[in-house]
Amino acid sequence: MQPTSHSFKQNASAALIDADLQRALGHARGGFSTKRAMARDLLPEFDALCEQAKQIKDHTIAHLDLYLEAYEQKVIETGGQVHWATTAEDARQIILGICKEAGAKLVTKGKSMVAEEISLNGALEGAGYEVAETDLGEYIIQIRNEAPSHIIAPAVHLNRDQVEADFRRVHKHLPEGRSLTEPTELVSEARGILREKFLAADVGITGANFIIAETGTSVIVTNEGNGDLTQLLPRIHIVLTTIEKVVPTLSDVSAILRVLARSATGQEISMYTTFSTGPRRPGDPDGPEEYHVVLLDNGRTEMIGSDFQDMLRCIRCGSCMNHCPVYSAVGGHSYGWVYPGPMGAVLTPQLIGVHEAGSLPNASTFCGRCEAVCPMKIPLPKMMRHWREREYDAGDSPWLQRMAIRGWSYAAKRPKLYRFFANAAMGVMGEWGKARGNFRWLPLAGAWLKYRDLPAPPGRTFQSQWKSELKRRRIEAEMQELGL
Amino acid sequence: MSARDKVIGAIRAGLGARGDEPGRRGQVRARLERSPHGLIPARARQTKPELIAQFARMLEAQTAVVRTVENLKALPQAIAEQLAAFNLPARLRHGDDPVIAGLDWEGTMIERETGPAIGTDAISLSRASLAASETGTLILTSGADNPSTLNFLPDTHFVVLLAENLHGSYEEAWDALRTTYGRGAMPRTVNFVSGPSATADIEHTLVRGAHGPRRLAVFVVLNGQPTRRKN
Ligand code: SF4
Repeated sequence: MQPTSHSFKQNASAALIDADLQRALGHARGGFSTKRAMARDLLPEFDALCEQAKQIKDHTIAHLDLYLEAYEQKVIETGGQVHWATTAEDARQIILGICKEAGAKLVTKGKSMVAEEISLNGALEGAGYEVAETDLGEYIIQIRNEAPSHIIAPAVHLNRDQVEADFRRVHKHLPEGRSLTEPTELVSEARGILREKFLAADVGITGANFIIAETGTSVIVTNEGNGDLTQLLPRIHIVLTTIEKVVPTLSDVSAILRVLARSATGQEISMYTTFSTGPRRPGDPDGPEEYHVVLLDNGRTEMIGSDFQDMLRCIRCGSCMNHCPVYSAVGGHSYGWVYPGPMGAVLTPQLIGVHEAGSLPNASTFCGRCEAVCPMKIPLPKMMRHWREREYDAGDSPWLQRMAIRGWSYAAKRPKLYRFFANAAMGVMGEWGKARGNFRWLPLAGAWLKYRDLPAPPGRTFQSQWKSELKRRRIEAEMQELGL
Repeated sequence: MSARDKVIGAIRAGLGARGDEPGRRGQVRARLERSPHGLIPARARQTKPELIAQFARMLEAQTAVVRTVENLKALPQAIAEQLAAFNLPARLRHGDDPVIAGLDWEGTMIERETGPAIGTDAISLSRASLAASETGTLILTSGADNPSTLNFLPDTHFVVLLAENLHGSYEEAWDALRTTYGRGAMPRTVNFVSGPSATADIEHTLVRGAHGPRRLAVFVVLNGQPTRRKN
């Protein structure tokens, strides 16, 4: 998809006055975080399990070359095929090749963020295949020709009435007078439509939440069961995944599963977790005849050994965005590409370049909630700061901001000069802000203050207050000594 | 250079590793061979009756129906009762799993078909070869006698579990699977099923029966000794 991450500011401004979006975000607000807190409280070992999950991933990344080799060997042993891809284009070509070879017409898809990352639908449709998204949220955004706005709830930006209007627009063959006012009615209608697709598909494409080196297995986690019908019914199953999804063993995947659903939706476990190993075996009454794994890099290897290596631990649970005040105010589309929220602010500049996505790491209040609720303990705010530094180094930040920072750093290295300016500024701001107690506008900070108020300073700098405080303490101490 | 060599090469460059270090290789081999257990939550380490009760509680919280039956002899009757309770016709499809194939259905009036599910099947019956109590999770394994389609296509899914196959944790269930299939080997499909199909994709409202079964009923057989079939 064509990114619009560079215009985050404009996207966000539009999002804040989009009444439908704000209504939809209102439905979601608080829901995820309350459920996550409840799930965490039900499992006393939760924090220890998060720490363990982090260690498993760190160990895996430190031995990634060897685990991937072991994984590949197992897939081959069990009759599957592994296709390595360095870029999005490579992955698209591999998948198009498999579909062509199969003489496919209809391709069903389970929800896959990697497929979004490589714009797979566009490529498949461009080559003449019919593509049916089968996750309900993905199906809705597919018929609206939109991108997902959340990594686990792709249609979270929509309201029921909007979905109803879309279903009436697209499902023309169904009676006009039918009732679609309840979510259950919408779900049944989608179920009926997609059932036909499942049964007719030639190729099923899924992502993978994990791939397991011990057994050569791919794992998908869903609540709907759509991923299962996608990979079970067609003649060919393609797993599209990325190299950092590998975990060593079945024990390791179990350990991480314990924190995944709890962090994501606040469930103890998702309804379906499915482990697939190779194609149909002799005697099997069902299952795909071919099993392909497309193992994609697309920028991940560059993160190894960099400031962003920890991001490779991400299990795409969505907890960071569920708890992010910026995400919950502006929604996922404002981020302008596939991955929104705090994890997107870190990942997007890596995947599509800091020039395009350099403003995302600024879309943060640095409140730190994302890191606190990340089951993999990824230091998201720290990594956003790294990107800010790089954006500055790359010369992508606005001229005025760069001059201001340069001026500040010149003064900051010269204490006397700094005190002079700071005292002057504080005095002026203290006077200005006296009346309201806060500012709605300041020179150079218009954008920052557009949606926030800045408390007016007391009219003196911290240093000068600290000096008087020291003086006061000295006097108190002396008085105490004197027994007063 | 192949894409594979490029990717592996880039990983090694990033890690500052060559790939032939005996220490790293040894660690990886040991982990893959032993699949060591990590921290197992206390809730998975309880007595069998407690594990069964917890298993049922968890599934019921997901709107599944859980019935315990004394032995396999009593199972067909319990299934018939549950069909009636759901107000469903007495017709279902199942695979050739020996536990199910060995049941004596006489007197239940249930019509049965065998083989993989087709799109129009309303009710299926499968056997979970394992289960993990910690989250009320059924573990179904595919094979010649156990079509995976039975677990997803029909509207109503009935599952039989022998209590002896219920474990506390996922890890113990995997260990049991390894004794059947061998180390490092897996059935083609392993399905963890922890409730009926669900979605909350529209306005965060939970709706059951998204693509998979709307209803799930689980029969825990306390004594799994095979019944003798009357001829
Ligand atoms: S960064 Fe952490 S919280 Fe966010 S999606 Fe990844 S694992 Fe989940």
